[in-house]
Amino acid sequence: MIEPNVAGGVIGGALIGISSVLMLLLLGRITGIAGILTGVITWNKADGLPWRAAFVIGLVLGAVLYQVFVGPLPMDMQAGTPVLIIAGLLVGMGTRLGSGCTSGHGVCGIARRSPRSFASTATFMAVAVATVFVTRHLLS
Amino acid sequence: MKTSIAALICGIIFGLGLTISEMVNPARVIGFLDITGEWDLTLMLVMGSALIVTVIGFPLITRKAHPLLAEKFSLPTKTELDLPLISGAVLFGIGWGLAGLCPGPALAGLASLNPAVFLFVAAMVAGQFIGIRLEKALA
Repeated sequence: MIEPNVAGGVIGGALIGISSVLMLLLLGRITGIAGILTGVITWNKADGLPWRAAFVIGLVLGAVLYQVFVGPLPMDMQAGTPVLIIAGLLVGMGTRLGSGCTSGHGVCGIARRSPRSFASTATFMAVAVATVFVTRHLLS
Repeated sequence: MKTSIAALICGIIFGLGLTISEMVNPARVIGFLDITGEWDLTLMLVMGSALIVTVIGFPLITRKAHPLLAEKFSLPTKTELDLPLISGAVLFGIGWGLAGLCPGPALAGLASLNPAVFLFVAAMVAGQFIGIRLEKALA
């Protein structure tokens, strides 16, 4: 087993939860990053473009603050260029068709006891585990 | 304006959460998904911790008549377990397993100025546009 980041995981997770709770309390919105991003890239002025753009900017700013006060972002890329492109396309397509990602379905949808979010989270978790099993153990 | 400032602050908190928890690190994510390898349970702690906050917080908030800065709650209304939902989750799961990046960490990770992250985000944006086209074709 790899040594887990217990303190970082618990504190970071709580911050993600607090952010989602504040978004619901203040804006009445679900904090689904994939959905928020869609509104920005389609420049949909009819559906809250300013707050969506502000959230995405904040997301990057949060990571900038981490770099200023804590240190370089821990990012060990696990895939080469062709795989990253394919993976990015799949993540974009999948989150659009499936109406959400780890945040929208996994953190917010489950808290709303949404059957769609339970089904989505169980599916993408199982498929991701299977994908890693194939790439890490069957193909290498 | 108020909603944008609120969203900016929420975004910062979310970005700090993703970085402090190391969920921006694809190695941590793949480590969690690799249940038959050297398993890393950090992601489970992150999700568990986030869920404790949302599971307690959400019902208290939706009991209110309206959110503080908006006239009404804008919550998803679909309840059907349909093919787009499940096929989308399958595609997302494959992509997530291949790269170890999902939308939040990918966007926050842009702060690293790592070209590989920019490449992934560009592909993810292209993928969303393809997804929108597919949705229109299926509808």
